[in-house]
Amino acid sequence: MTETAHIEVRDLAMAYGDFIVQRGLDFTVNKGDIFVVMGGNGCGKTTLMRALVGLQRPAAGSVLYSGEDFWNAEAEAQQRLKRRLGILFQGSALWSSLTLAENVALPLAEYTGLAPARVDEIVAFKLALVGLAGFEDFYPAELSGGMKKRAGLARAMALDPDILVIDEPSSGLDPLTARRLDELIMELRDSLGTTIVVVTHELASILSIGNNSIYLDSESHTMIATGHPQDALKNGHPKVRHFLTRGGSA
Amino acid sequence: MRDDAAWQLDVHPSGDPATLVIALGGRWRIDQHLPAADTLQARLAAPVRRIRFDAGELADWDSGLLTFVSGISKSCAQRDIAVDGSGLPPGAQRLLAMAAAVPEQKLAAREPGPQGALAQVGAATLEFVHGAPRMLGFLGELVLSLLRLVAGRARFRARDLWLEIEEVGPRALPIVSVISFLVGLILAYLGADQLKLVGAQIFIADLVAIGMVREVGALMTGIIIAGRTGAAFAAQLGTMQVNEEIDAYQTLGISAFDFLVLPRVLALMLMVPLLTLYSAFIGMLAGLLVSLTIFDIGVFEYYTETLRALEFKQFAVGLSKGTVYGAIVAFAGCLRGMQCGRSAEAVGHAATSAVVTAILLITIAASIMTVVYYQLGI
Repeated sequence: MTETAHIEVRDLAMAYGDFIVQRGLDFTVNKGDIFVVMGGNGCGKTTLMRALVGLQRPAAGSVLYSGEDFWNAEAEAQQRLKRRLGILFQGSALWSSLTLAENVALPLAEYTGLAPARVDEIVAFKLALVGLAGFEDFYPAELSGGMKKRAGLARAMALDPDILVIDEPSSGLDPLTARRLDELIMELRDSLGTTIVVVTHELASILSIGNNSIYLDSESHTMIATGHPQDALKNGHPKVRHFLTRGGSA
Repeated sequence: MRDDAAWQLDVHPSGDPATLVIALGGRWRIDQHLPAADTLQARLAAPVRRIRFDAGELADWDSGLLTFVSGISKSCAQRDIAVDGSGLPPGAQRLLAMAAAVPEQKLAAREPGPQGALAQVGAATLEFVHGAPRMLGFLGELVLSLLRLVAGRARFRARDLWLEIEEVGPRALPIVSVISFLVGLILAYLGADQLKLVGAQIFIADLVAIGMVREVGALMTGIIIAGRTGAAFAAQLGTMQVNEEIDAYQTLGISAFDFLVLPRVLALMLMVPLLTLYSAFIGMLAGLLVSLTIFDIGVFEYYTETLRALEFKQFAVGLSKGTVYGAIVAFAGCLRGMQCGRSAEAVGHAATSAVVTAILLITIAASIMTVVYYQLGI
């Protein structure tokens, strides 16, 4: 794993009107990191994710991808940067009028110019990778929450993005499936060098897959810790230790 | 045309004729025009019993490689040909193993829908036949809910009723005003054009007054409300289905009919007759405007003629129709909303279906009521 800055967040502030959700966020995600964004409910994790992926303009600061400032880039450059991102939303955000195969195929058809037969092969493989082989013709409404989550990940991986941003990957999944998803995330990093940003509450995931992290505090409205989650557990800020031990030690 | 710096594929037998070596080199990435796995189908024939991947010259790879290898592995599995993937990069081996870990769900395969026009007509007919009892069941539930209301046992919040009344009544005034004014204008012009031929322009007032109060006011209001409120009801209740809010009412033992459907039905049954009267009034104003400006009929003449033309029964007919149309719109909107599936597309379908159902039922009801009132001499 090379320690090359892939995403740099500089003095970022996010707000809804006059309400500052988070401010002074300053961190670097290196290429090949599995970077975990931690924090309690309502601390702004998802808002940060939206700022990272170009859905919500930050109140201040910048987000740089390989040195290129996303929010100050031209629309065309922003579009190019967005193509490098794969995003799994908290609620999966599958397109309900499309089958699973069509959901995964759409980004491929839009951006690669591959022949339909090749697209079908890739779609089948991506769905198999998340354990959904055979569900190609199903609509999202016909799936359980966990299956939707996995299908959402297959769509996020469709274009083999450089960076995967995943919001609550384990929510709604049984422990074995969650574990399998964690393994898949690690494998994507190890095999393809994908940089992965994970927003999660799941302690097992945080501690087993993350190699870098930040903790967003909802009281001070800023990050109070950064570094390896295992280090944060052992020597980190008391609030972070409290969080990582489910209130066991403060 | 292939870029030589890109992917390389060389298929050759090894020393053992039963073993085929698939040598992969260069860049195997998804954005390149990689060969399809089935291009090697012809090579997977006897005497080949085993294939071996050799990725020694591989420079770069992603899902493009994995998809190719996965496709070949599937073809080999169908032919009982062993696959040796140990020559692939370790990461690729692990990802391929993960993709193969959960076998394909054969039971998940969908049966194709009805093929051909005749089969589709049959399927649509069956759907309608199966839908009719559900519609009647919903009507029955609604009647029971209204009976509970009469008995004072229906449970809903008065605040919800007032909110619905505000939403379906006062807030609909602008659109009802515009449409009714224009319809009144058209009615007056159309009538005056014919009445002028026999020098009876003054009867524009009769035509517009009776037409708007008795038929057109109620019909236009019904159609406007179907598009505006019926669709909104279906979308609101449909979204509640998607969010499992209706399930939550049921698990708490609260009648979703009383809590959600009843206030909406009551609001429309109360407001649509009033909107009908308002619509008729606006239509008559439009008639007056046409009479004044085009046909030189004075305000007093128009007013007197309108009063002479209108009898109580005209209002009774218009109000009764408005009430029925209001009930129909509420019924269709709530029916489609409560029957909604659990997806965004289903919500859209429910809203569309609510409008279509309401307009169809309004048209049928208008025809029946017109004939009945005529036979009764009303």
